[in-house]
Amino acid sequence: MSNITDLGVAQLRDGVRDGAFSATEVATAFNDAVAKAKPLNAFIVETPEHALAAAKAADDARAAGETPKPLAGVPIGMKDLFATKGVQTTAASHILEGFTPPYESTVSQRLWDAGAGMLGKLNLDQFAMGSSNETSYFGNVISPWRRNDGGNAPLAPGGSSGGSSSAVAARIAPGATGTDTGGSIRQPAAFVGISGIKPTYGRCSRWGVVAFASSLDQAGPMARDVRDCAIMLEHMAGFDPKDSTSLDLAVPKWEAGLSGDLKGKRIGIPKEYRVEGMPEEIEALWQQGIAWMKDAGAEIVEVSLPHTKYALPAYYIIAPAEASSNLARYDGVRYGQRALPEGANLQDMYAATRAAGFGDEVKRRILIGTYVLSAGFYDAYYTQAQKVRTLIAQDFENAWTVCDLLLTPTAPSAAFALGEKSADPLAMYLNDVFTVPSSLAGLPAMSVPGGLDKSGLPLGLQIIGKPLDEQGVLNASLAIEERAGFTARPEAWW
Amino acid sequence: MTESTYRIQGDTGEWEVVIGLEVHAQVTSNAKLFSGAATAFGAEPNSQVSLVDAAMPGMLPVPNKECIRQAVRTGMALGAVINKWSRFDRKNYFYADLPQGYQISQLYHPLVGEGTLEISLDEKDPEAFTKTIGIERIHVEQDAGKLMHDQHPTRSYVDLNRSGVALMEIVSRPDMRSPAEAGAYLSKLRSVLRYVGSCDGNMDQGSMRADVNVSVRKVGDELGTRTETKNVNSVRFVMQAIEFEARRQVEVLESGGRIVQETRLFDPDRGETRSMRSKEDAHDYRYFPDPDLLPLVLDDAFLDACQASLPELPDAKRRRYESDLGLSAYNAAVLTADADTARWFEALLAESARVQKKGEQEVARAAANWLISDLFGALNRLGKGIDESPVSPEQGAELLALVGDGTLSGSLGKQVFEIMLETGDAPGKIVEERGLKQTSDTGAIETVIAEVLAKNPNQLEQYRGGKEALFGFFVGQTMKAMGGKANPAVVNELLKKALAG
Repeated sequence: MSNITDLGVAQLRDGVRDGAFSATEVATAFNDAVAKAKPLNAFIVETPEHALAAAKAADDARAAGETPKPLAGVPIGMKDLFATKGVQTTAASHILEGFTPPYESTVSQRLWDAGAGMLGKLNLDQFAMGSSNETSYFGNVISPWRRNDGGNAPLAPGGSSGGSSSAVAARIAPGATGTDTGGSIRQPAAFVGISGIKPTYGRCSRWGVVAFASSLDQAGPMARDVRDCAIMLEHMAGFDPKDSTSLDLAVPKWEAGLSGDLKGKRIGIPKEYRVEGMPEEIEALWQQGIAWMKDAGAEIVEVSLPHTKYALPAYYIIAPAEASSNLARYDGVRYGQRALPEGANLQDMYAATRAAGFGDEVKRRILIGTYVLSAGFYDAYYTQAQKVRTLIAQDFENAWTVCDLLLTPTAPSAAFALGEKSADPLAMYLNDVFTVPSSLAGLPAMSVPGGLDKSGLPLGLQIIGKPLDEQGVLNASLAIEERAGFTARPEAWW
Repeated sequence: MTESTYRIQGDTGEWEVVIGLEVHAQVTSNAKLFSGAATAFGAEPNSQVSLVDAAMPGMLPVPNKECIRQAVRTGMALGAVINKWSRFDRKNYFYADLPQGYQISQLYHPLVGEGTLEISLDEKDPEAFTKTIGIERIHVEQDAGKLMHDQHPTRSYVDLNRSGVALMEIVSRPDMRSPAEAGAYLSKLRSVLRYVGSCDGNMDQGSMRADVNVSVRKVGDELGTRTETKNVNSVRFVMQAIEFEARRQVEVLESGGRIVQETRLFDPDRGETRSMRSKEDAHDYRYFPDPDLLPLVLDDAFLDACQASLPELPDAKRRRYESDLGLSAYNAAVLTADADTARWFEALLAESARVQKKGEQEVARAAANWLISDLFGALNRLGKGIDESPVSPEQGAELLALVGDGTLSGSLGKQVFEIMLETGDAPGKIVEERGLKQTSDTGAIETVIAEVLAKNPNQLEQYRGGKEALFGFFVGQTMKAMGGKANPAVVNELLKKALAG
């Protein structure tokens, strides 16, 4: 038998169910792997006792002859944006350092209810703002991948769900939760050669998830393959009356519906996604993806999404605008860090607390957001961006008249080295160019590994679907997965 | 419609005052606008605070349907346009009583659009001087918490019990021209809200408060620059604030100054307003649609149910009291001004008609007079509201029936009522136990009269000699001798006979 930590969510679930190994063995193996992987800095808090407790419950239930819970025996990593009762929740910020919620987010509670255990709270870009996991107060997450040039430049695991991507790719967690506002599940998944899906906006409750941009934030799973993502998503999604934007719909049986047969499906190739300066390897992978789609029985159609180029600017108005307001609650009055200089009044306390508590990227976005909402600029920026958002949604609506799904690259490049782009926010923002439009339209979208670039680093392909068609997205992604035969994995150096 | 003649007399002539009110009315509801926390007044600090109200990370607002329903019903009662599509916006500013760092309100698309409120300026004759005040809009929003600066020498404490409580902001047009009109508007609005049941109108508990916009101009001129005096919490203070502010503005303008658009505070102890902050350091609230909330879309079934649930409103009730019950305009106005009074009166009326086996219109006047003079008089003396009356409408009806059928004389009735107030006993029981029943027993009365005449031979002689004014003397003596229990009509009749010899 192979190493337990080499197994994914489905295999662990089935193995525990069949008695091939105990849940406690699984939890112990992953707890050990987490403990050994400190150089990755993927976790902010480790919770081995939580994983063991869930494992014991699973083993006891099995011994008692009870029907196993759907995720019994599966320990996962929880992005530290989800509030976890009794476990520090920071959004990777200093301002929330030491904050221990007296409540559990809906998504994490659903996973625990399904029998999953928690390995720990995963590092991320501060308040989920970033594409490289370099904005965390708790330090950069390092990708487990290295370039094949013999160098050992530490690479970015992508962001903002960088702890999640790094942990899953390094086999120290079989699956992890992520959140995606403009690509924060898909881009890190692509950077480390794993799968990740952002479902339709409203599928997963946002209750108990530290808010970045409310109209865009959406939770989703990150795991080693499409099936594992389908399993996890089934136990994350679902209507929640505590979230007004939650969709009151039954959760489909996505795992049972998996099929890589795309006969009768029309796959759209949006011509506007062929951006200037995109590496040839990305273009080549895209062409390869098209071939795989055809091979799976799909028909390929070229489509136009004419407003694509306005998506990124619109996103970088709307998301910071919402963030500037969402983050106003971190004021040092009720929880988290408080800076109270000698003789400070209330305003001084706010200023000192927020100056010390927020990192530079968070401050930058609060400033941008405050600016675009301010009197005299609101119409020129925010209102205009909302109009663009409507047009982008219409672009997709038009595309759905000629195709069922869209195939694009996930990111315009492979993983870059830490520090390579952190000095240039605009270059960093460009990483989201392929993922942002579907976020603005609230569509389900998934990244799956397609292959490696010439440096031996993973590249991802993205499938975008119609609202609520997670099944179509998962199936097309599965068709790629079945043909890509992506087995590359980082060699452990940590 | 009545044109106001209220003017401020300045050195340069007469000035007209232009007033608009923004009334914040707390919605009557068991839970807050976006959370399930309770809303009771006077609870221990921070005992009615949910995770949402404290703006904990990741918490989300969910609209409370009851609050929306009450605001819609209020709009309907004011004849206002109900917007089937409305939306919540965030008003962003930092303050320690505002945990989210923004207030959820409605700037761009309020729930309720234009309506009107008719005010009357003469309570003796409500139809004589009326004026229609325009309502611009009503929107719903969250209240803030409360800061307490007097609990500790160096610290301020925050009480979040009010944080997130639902308010209706009812914005009038600048249609009022005198403190009296503003007072009448506020009183009438309060009356309508209490009828509808959407706000208890308790200004002393902060359930209702007004931001007062005042400007002055020479008659016929363009509107002047206005100031806004915040959070004035009684009708009297609103009138005081307007009067002070209008005079202040006239003085500023006449001494060559100009009015600064600013926010002011009212000091009830001094009866003055003073500057709080000027437009220059006004907040930029950065309003934008709240992305945590979907637009509020109301369907016809909901609106129909709201409409059907509206009670008879004060103006309609007042007119009905006059036309159907035959009450005077003044009595009808007094009885309908407050929902509790009208409810009490209607219970009294129904019970009176039932026990006296008469039509409501036959017993209405006596019931109205007794309620307005006797009951109100007693409640005033006791410092109680009608909802705290020690006498129930049923007991009142019983008392009126006893007077109506002659069991009690008017003065005995008052005596019994006093005992009812003290003991809470039913009038029948009091009459029975204390033997207060009026007597019409002619034999008994004749006996007493004979004694009275015998004891007062001088007066009898004078009377018979033509001094008929002494009749009252004999009535008094007879009543006194009978402990007030004789039927006065019978006494009169028998006395006349006896005196005639």
